[in-house]
Amino acid sequence: MSKEYETVIGLEVHVELATKTKIFCGCSTAFGAEPNAHTCPVCTGMPGSLPVLNKQVVEYAMAVGLATNCDITRHCKFDRKNYFYPDNPQNYQISQLYLPICRNGYVEIETGKLSENQKNALKGKNGSEITENTEVKRKKVGIHEIHMEEDAGKLVHDDWGEVSLVDYNRSGVPLIEIVSEPDMRSAEEVIAYLEKLRMIIQYLGASDCKLQEGSMRADVNLSVRAVGSTEFGTRTEMKNLNSFTSITHAIEGERNRQIDILESGGKVIQETRRWDDTKFESYAMRSKEDAQDYRYFPDPDLLPVDIADEWIEKVKAAQPEFREAKIERYKQEYQIPDYDIELITSSKRMADIFEEASGICGQPKKVSNWLMVETMRLLKEKSMDPDQIRFSPANLAKLIELVDSKVINNSTAKEVFEVMFDNDTDPAKYVEEHGMKQENDEGAVKAICEKVIAENPQSVADYKGGKDKAIGFLVGQVMKAAKGKADPGTANKILKELLS
Amino acid sequence: MANVISDETIEYVGILSKLKLDDAGKEQAKHDLEQMLDYIDQLGELDTDGVEPMTHVHPFSNCFREDVVTNGDDRENILKNAPEEKDNMFAVPRTFD
Amino acid sequence: MSERLNELTAGALGKKIQAKEVSVKEALDATFAAIDEKEESVHAYITLNRDEAYKTADEVQKKIDSGELTSPLAGVPVAIKDNMCTEGLKTTCASKILYNFVPTFTSTAVENLENAGAIILGKTNMDEFAMGSTTETSAFGVTRNPRDITRVPGGSSGGSAAAVAADECAYALGSDTGGSIRQPAGYCGVVGLKPTYGTVSRYGLIAYGSSLDQIGPLTKDVTDTALILEAVSSYDKKDSTSVNRTDTDFTSALVNDVKGLKIGIPRDYFGDGLDPEVASAVKKAADDLKAAGAIVEEFDLSLVKYAIPTYYTIADAEASSNLERFDGIKYGYRAEDFTDLHDLYKKSRSEGFGPEVQRRIMLGSFVLSSGYYDAYYLKALKVKALIKKAFDEAFAKYDLILGPVAPTTAPELGKSLSDPIKMYLGDIYTISVNLAGLPGICLPCGRDSKGLPIGLQLIGDCFKESTLIRTAYTYEQLRGSF
Ligand SMILES: [Mg+2]
Ligand SMILES: [Zn+2]
Repeated sequence: MSKEYETVIGLEVHVELATKTKIFCGCSTAFGAEPNAHTCPVCTGMPGSLPVLNKQVVEYAMAVGLATNCDITRHCKFDRKNYFYPDNPQNYQISQLYLPICRNGYVEIETGKLSENQKNALKGKNGSEITENTEVKRKKVGIHEIHMEEDAGKLVHDDWGEVSLVDYNRSGVPLIEIVSEPDMRSAEEVIAYLEKLRMIIQYLGASDCKLQEGSMRADVNLSVRAVGSTEFGTRTEMKNLNSFTSITHAIEGERNRQIDILESGGKVIQETRRWDDTKFESYAMRSKEDAQDYRYFPDPDLLPVDIADEWIEKVKAAQPEFREAKIERYKQEYQIPDYDIELITSSKRMADIFEEASGICGQPKKVSNWLMVETMRLLKEKSMDPDQIRFSPANLAKLIELVDSKVINNSTAKEVFEVMFDNDTDPAKYVEEHGMKQENDEGAVKAICEKVIAENPQSVADYKGGKDKAIGFLVGQVMKAAKGKADPGTANKILKELLS
Repeated sequence: MANVISDETIEYVGILSKLKLDDAGKEQAKHDLEQMLDYIDQLGELDTDGVEPMTHVHPFSNCFREDVVTNGDDRENILKNAPEEKDNMFAVPRTFD
Repeated sequence: MSERLNELTAGALGKKIQAKEVSVKEALDATFAAIDEKEESVHAYITLNRDEAYKTADEVQKKIDSGELTSPLAGVPVAIKDNMCTEGLKTTCASKILYNFVPTFTSTAVENLENAGAIILGKTNMDEFAMGSTTETSAFGVTRNPRDITRVPGGSSGGSAAAVAADECAYALGSDTGGSIRQPAGYCGVVGLKPTYGTVSRYGLIAYGSSLDQIGPLTKDVTDTALILEAVSSYDKKDSTSVNRTDTDFTSALVNDVKGLKIGIPRDYFGDGLDPEVASAVKKAADDLKAAGAIVEEFDLSLVKYAIPTYYTIADAEASSNLERFDGIKYGYRAEDFTDLHDLYKKSRSEGFGPEVQRRIMLGSFVLSSGYYDAYYLKALKVKALIKKAFDEAFAKYDLILGPVAPTTAPELGKSLSDPIKMYLGDIYTISVNLAGLPGICLPCGRDSKGLPIGLQLIGDCFKESTLIRTAYTYEQLRGSF
């Protein structure tokens, strides 16, 4: 490579909004229905049908816009984007081009400090680890606009027949498309940006933002230029990126492809490319019949949306406390390590559980421990997101209280927690029903200790000979004999007394 | 005639419109389009600087529905007119991505 | 009985039905008898709804007898233009591409009539997708003008106008995007009203130019016009462009009085191209109104000459997009053999759409395409704003505008389609009304030397249908029977 190249990246992120109904009709957006069960004349483009806008879509779009420092367009409109494809029943998509609802925003990203997602995604294709950079850099990524639009249906490829099949259940599901400025320079920044957007949108409850399930989708616009150059190179748009890993791979692959073209004296063509994560390469999505001329024009079937100050104020007032503010407050309010705060606030669901459970039991440190250790372990084991946590803050608080009041010991608590994690079981009831209460009668524990001392003369001798560790073995034997229901602290104390 | 529609342009219009034109059809379409565009060009006589384009004739805005599910399963009706159907879906020629 | 039942106005027939002088079945029998007698020469209908109509008639009769249905339209038979969806009844838009399409829901306007007890006779012929002024672009054959079967009935609601004129129905619904109710009403010598944009729901109306389309009545007299308009207009939450009006008590405007009414006549409506016989009949009508106490003045409305190019740019742009959904996948015609998806699209559409529709789709696609949007489409939207402003200024001075509905009386069959621009010029007096969203009514004001009806057009400001109805009603009394 004769020159140093810089990668210039902008993102178009589509987010499926968490409304109950579609953007222009009263059909359900719920997942998992039979094909075409959630359709009506409007979302299947029947002749004579007309769209009517779902108000909640506008409110979610405004909420995301306000949270990303955008200006809200006081008079916005819907436009038709015309293109023929079977997943698009009207053969035009209702979207916004000329007057999108939000413009001129930004989010601040942090790079250098790698999150789990970043670490996983940044593993090179040969599995080589990227070295961790400890210097934290902050950067603003501009948001050009956010617009509202409708999702398309789904094409199912029939492997046996000569046909593809169309299911319009997703047709008309509301989306917002967040278009960034070309402000990112690396895959690391791209992932930090996506994580930031996801965090904000999840905190707002506007979407669950799952890349794998398609409720968050990112198209990458990428160009390269010589370092120091102020002009942009020709960009390509890459689609079909459904994980942080494929985004990282696609950026690396496309950067290299463009540099190769330039180095060999060629020209990059502005085009849409599809990333194939199995082949680790992209290919052009070109067709003679694809004009890429969408003939946008204002949709005559929909009225403009006028947004008054009061409406903006109302949406603003309903905004939740975002992560940055939460982190600051936690530092003031709770005596827990910064590391715990980072992790707990990385998911609104976790933060909500933390705050509520701490409020009930008054022991933030213990709540935090349950979240940081056992919860994280089980989430990882079951490949779940924190959003999917099912146990209630009340039950977690109850479990902590059961340990505090010595009804159960720690190891029993872990056992109960696993059950609670799966089914939000009431821990007190569970302990009761399964006879798991620990033996708190010192006389009973003492009897067991005496029996253990009698049966383990070697360990007793070791202990008396100065091997302090031997007491641990004896405690273990007591616990075993008590079927786990003894308090290890009590056992330890009694053993020491008996052997002194 | 002021407007001249080239072969490439009429080909392109055919792609946009998803209409198949044979050679005679193309010539006819070129002629018709040229004639109409010449006719429409008389709008150029009007000074429209600073005029706000009018998409809606009434000054109304904000027509919304509430986010409430009102539709049930209407598959049978939706698929009733399908030229080809399989497994409760519309069948189309095999298509990729 | 001197008059046959099918010849009665909707209001007169409805009264007889309510008074139990006539049964719903008798009214239907008479109307279908007229249809059977005249359809061979007129061909006003694409599809007849005979069996269902008789079934509905039984149900409606029961409800009338029980006092449940007291509407003056209960039991009165109506013809519906074939671009309004009717559940279970084929709706084709006079196009091969919808030759077998059976809607699964009913348009709001038709539903409103059904709720009033109307009996649907069938679906009327029209220009394909309402694109045309003669009903000759229908894929299912032409409709002939009942006043002279060598001539066109006008269009695009030619079937509806002809059915009313031939007494093949009591009244009909049509749709008007650029004159498609008023012009055929003029050619066929019936009354046709295009309401203010947003007055009648467009839900279920298969769109041509969405920002211009309005459903309206075609009737035998002005009283029926008021009656039907009152019945079909409604605020519909399924149509975002529907307007919530409280002033739809149109029958109360049936008042014989125009004293002090200010009527403006655009000089520009009486220039080149206007048939002198039409001009003198329309001027005579203005004189009659003046004699009855109206104040009549001429004024300049020079912008109207730009209405036609503006209209065709906007209507065709919207149509090119509205008609994209007809692709052979979800409903309607699909070509027999095709190599792949795009071939399926192209063949189905080229074989399914007629030449006039294809011409408009191509022009519409072109004016929206990259590089031409500003020069054509956006320019047209700006001129539309100027035209609207010119009308606003006119209505600051006048209560209504009076003029001809078309430059000539009904042309002969087969003479119009060869020169599209000349055909488009025929819409000069009607088109600007749609661009400005205004209400307009056409009623007969005489006959030319060949005996063909001449149409008088009255144009009101937005939401001023009552003024139109009052004036038309007064004129109708002055004119006497037609
Ligand atoms: Mg988009
Ligand atoms: Zn729907």
